[in-house]
Amino acid sequence: MQNSDKNLSIASHNPNEISNYQKLGFGIGFLGLFILALAFFNVTFPNKTLWLVVSITAIFTGIIIYANKTYLSKPEGIQNNGVWFKSLSSKGMLGWITGILLTSFYVTIYWFPKYLGLGENGQANTGIVAFFDPLSLLLNGKAATQWFVYGSLYTIAILGLGYKFILKYRHNKYQLVRTTSVMFFQLGFAFLIPEILEKLNPEKAYFAKDLKNMWPLNYYFFSDWHLTNLLNGGNLGLFMLMFGLAMIFIISPILTYRYGKRWYCSWVCGCGGLAETAGDSFRQLSSKKQSTWKIERWLIHSVLVFSFVMTIAVIFTFLSNNPGMSIITKDQFTIGIVVFLIIFTSFLFAFKRNDLDTDARYTMVSLVAIIVISILMNYFSGNNNILFIDSNKLREWYGFAIGSAFSGVIGVGFYPLLGNRVWCRFGCPMAAILGLQQRLFSKFRITTNGGQCISCGNCSTYCEMGIDVRSYAQKGENIVRSSCVGCGICSAVCPRGVLKLENGSEEGRINSNDILLGNDVNLLDLINRK
Amino acid sequence: MDHIVIIGNGISGVTLARNIRKLSWKKITVISSESEYFFSRTALMYVFMGHMKFEHTQPYENEFWKKNNIDLIQKTVNEVDTTNKEVVFSDKTRLPFDKLVIASGSKSNKFGWKGQDLNGVVSLYHKQDIEQLETLAPNCKRAVVVGGGLIGIELVEMLLSRNIPVTFLVREKSFWNGVLPPGESELINRHILEHHVDLRLDTNLDEIISDENGFARAIITDKGKIIECSIVGLTVGVSPNIDFLKTSSIELGRGVKVNRFLETNIKDIYAIGDCAEQHEGIGLRRPIEAVWYTGRMMGEALAQTICGKSMQYNPGHWFNSAKFFDIEYQTYGWVFANPLENEDQFYWEHSSGKKAVRIAFDTNTRLFHGINTFGIRMRHEFFDKVLSENQTVDYVMQHLKEANFDPEFFSTFEKEINKSFQNQFTNIIKV
Repeated sequence: MQNSDKNLSIASHNPNEISNYQKLGFGIGFLGLFILALAFFNVTFPNKTLWLVVSITAIFTGIIIYANKTYLSKPEGIQNNGVWFKSLSSKGMLGWITGILLTSFYVTIYWFPKYLGLGENGQANTGIVAFFDPLSLLLNGKAATQWFVYGSLYTIAILGLGYKFILKYRHNKYQLVRTTSVMFFQLGFAFLIPEILEKLNPEKAYFAKDLKNMWPLNYYFFSDWHLTNLLNGGNLGLFMLMFGLAMIFIISPILTYRYGKRWYCSWVCGCGGLAETAGDSFRQLSSKKQSTWKIERWLIHSVLVFSFVMTIAVIFTFLSNNPGMSIITKDQFTIGIVVFLIIFTSFLFAFKRNDLDTDARYTMVSLVAIIVISILMNYFSGNNNILFIDSNKLREWYGFAIGSAFSGVIGVGFYPLLGNRVWCRFGCPMAAILGLQQRLFSKFRITTNGGQCISCGNCSTYCEMGIDVRSYAQKGENIVRSSCVGCGICSAVCPRGVLKLENGSEEGRINSNDILLGNDVNLLDLINRK
Repeated sequence: MDHIVIIGNGISGVTLARNIRKLSWKKITVISSESEYFFSRTALMYVFMGHMKFEHTQPYENEFWKKNNIDLIQKTVNEVDTTNKEVVFSDKTRLPFDKLVIASGSKSNKFGWKGQDLNGVVSLYHKQDIEQLETLAPNCKRAVVVGGGLIGIELVEMLLSRNIPVTFLVREKSFWNGVLPPGESELINRHILEHHVDLRLDTNLDEIISDENGFARAIITDKGKIIECSIVGLTVGVSPNIDFLKTSSIELGRGVKVNRFLETNIKDIYAIGDCAEQHEGIGLRRPIEAVWYTGRMMGEALAQTICGKSMQYNPGHWFNSAKFFDIEYQTYGWVFANPLENEDQFYWEHSSGKKAVRIAFDTNTRLFHGINTFGIRMRHEFFDKVLSENQTVDYVMQHLKEANFDPEFFSTFEKEINKSFQNQFTNIIKV
């Protein structure tokens, strides 16, 4: 694809050619990363604070120069030229290298933090963890951990590449507002506020302080150690517990009803935030095959059931071990869960049966039946493990398989190979719950503009969740899919103005009428009658 | 069981095949020489520009056809034997049919220019055109695109995406001004220049000059200017792709002549899509409509007829859309380049020069005729209803907000547009 000619056309953008300004941006940015790499290889810097500031500043400066040059020199519009020619964004060599590096980084951070320089058994940090000590001391008053390093890099990635994203889509105000939102929530709610709260409450045992990181995404919220720490955590702990419960049972259902799951997944959530900013270059890599959709549905709902079962089990254990700390007894809890599950399923079955596919109906009913029966069996047998397996083992397994391996290693490590929403699409139990609600009880949909679709496929290609948007649009149908995170890119890339994210009335939201506007009324009537 | 043979696997033929399958279990065979599977022709430009891979332009997975029992044949049809009801392929094999549907689409026009068949001279219609461009692009220092229409500007955008400087020859005094009124046409002229295209209005191609190897080396314009180039894009419209029917007894005009039921003069032979020519245009439409949407509508209508529910092709209100570089265009109802008799046209343009709205309406009755919208998305459903209910321009102005289809948080311009409308056409109902 190289064009050897000198570029007379300033506006054109051959993906393989970068200008000197862009090279400068590249250079400065990678210099910043290189300093981090040196720290990683245990080079001891004389003045860590200075070098850390230099490194982070260089990364931001590099991104800003590069992004400004790349996007501001062209008229506003869709900037997808050459996406499938570039090695990084089309599973080429650069894509694979990036994937391997990211995956290794995640494996190290989850299971081998000492290689990052985390001081064990009270020893001082070394390596890159030590490099972040100054920032950690400033924010939370303690030496850094590998998670602090991770959180900092995560935030830098969302802010820096969020800036790039905003320039890329500067003609699209929805993208502007949405991206500002994920940057704000990452910097404030996920990073600064929890760290500062930690500093203000140094004596308290750890509990989650990220207000927006709700169960079941935060899978340990109901674990006995976490509940104990919350309940022993004074006013702040109690507030976090109450707010966490309010998020699950009040705030989230209301917001999801009004706006769809996008309020969380592409506006607030940290995983979503990273996917939308750092992962934007990889959104086209998600598979759109029907077979993948099948895998997706099985996998994500299995994880949901797993997280649900695990949570019931750990709460039961907590109530058994700490009868004094709770206002409900384990008996009340068990009966409560059983009653809730039965009422909820009957309600779904009674009112929304027709909105569910046959296989979804069978799966749901049989799963609920199995859970209820096993809860009751174990309960009446006087077993302390409500679901046959030891709840701690269950939690450990969940933490390992889902919490670490899936969400981190595969979820982000595989961005350049499977797309930027692998975790959100196949694994996130939060996305599964919100998705169920979005499908059944929400005003949100993507509206198709009559008969204007030309089946070009840009919408499907750039859907990070692997939804075949075109298959709906070309039939004139609205898109109401549980997996849609409402990023709005399908609407942005559509060359004919066909797609619009909307919150409207529930009536006629899911229209299975596959008639296109265009042919006259008589034909429509006739086909409708059949 | 009836064997339905469809020549052409474009949007018309495939829509027909799918709709017949929905209604019946007739045997269906779809023939194409261009590609094995249906793809969206309109998306070819995005493949060249690297937005998509070719497989992304295929709306159905490859298994779809087998699953729905639709046979695909990738061969070239040489002629149609109407007496024996057989299709004859270029390899002399024959395929019998009970009903035949010609959906062979268009081919690119060439107007007999000297050098028009040289290497390096391309059109933009078929998959093969893209493949040819792909081999030419790497060494191209300049390209010339001839023809100021929708395909021409797409080709310009494609070439620019590969850093190839482009000279754009437009015969008219302003881009696409046979369809677009002056305001919109100039708006697009400016946008073309913003993308650093060497736009030459009021200029036509005279001849293409060859190098010693039979490759295009330069072109000469009708003004005598020589422009060195190694790619020459000829995008001067399309015409029905029906040469293989000339030996048959099927009645041909510019296209395959059909009646409102899309039947040709021969029983059990039909034609749909770009290659079909109505005996007379329906309403204000042209007899041949080479548009994506009409092809699809014809496919839907004919499927009903073939499956026993005889039905005319009866297109509803006209609509269309396009994208000129970064500016989206939609139109609903009829807006002509020049106002009709007793017609007024209201035009508003945003100060950025990239958004515009034009509404045509009857001077006396104020009946709404149609709208052009640039850079603002509008609702098809809204205007379809307005046109069906014979609403006035004043109704449209008052309900403009409902028509808006832009994404959330976008700036809205209804107030500004209304104000401008009041200034230009004072005798209006208060908004």
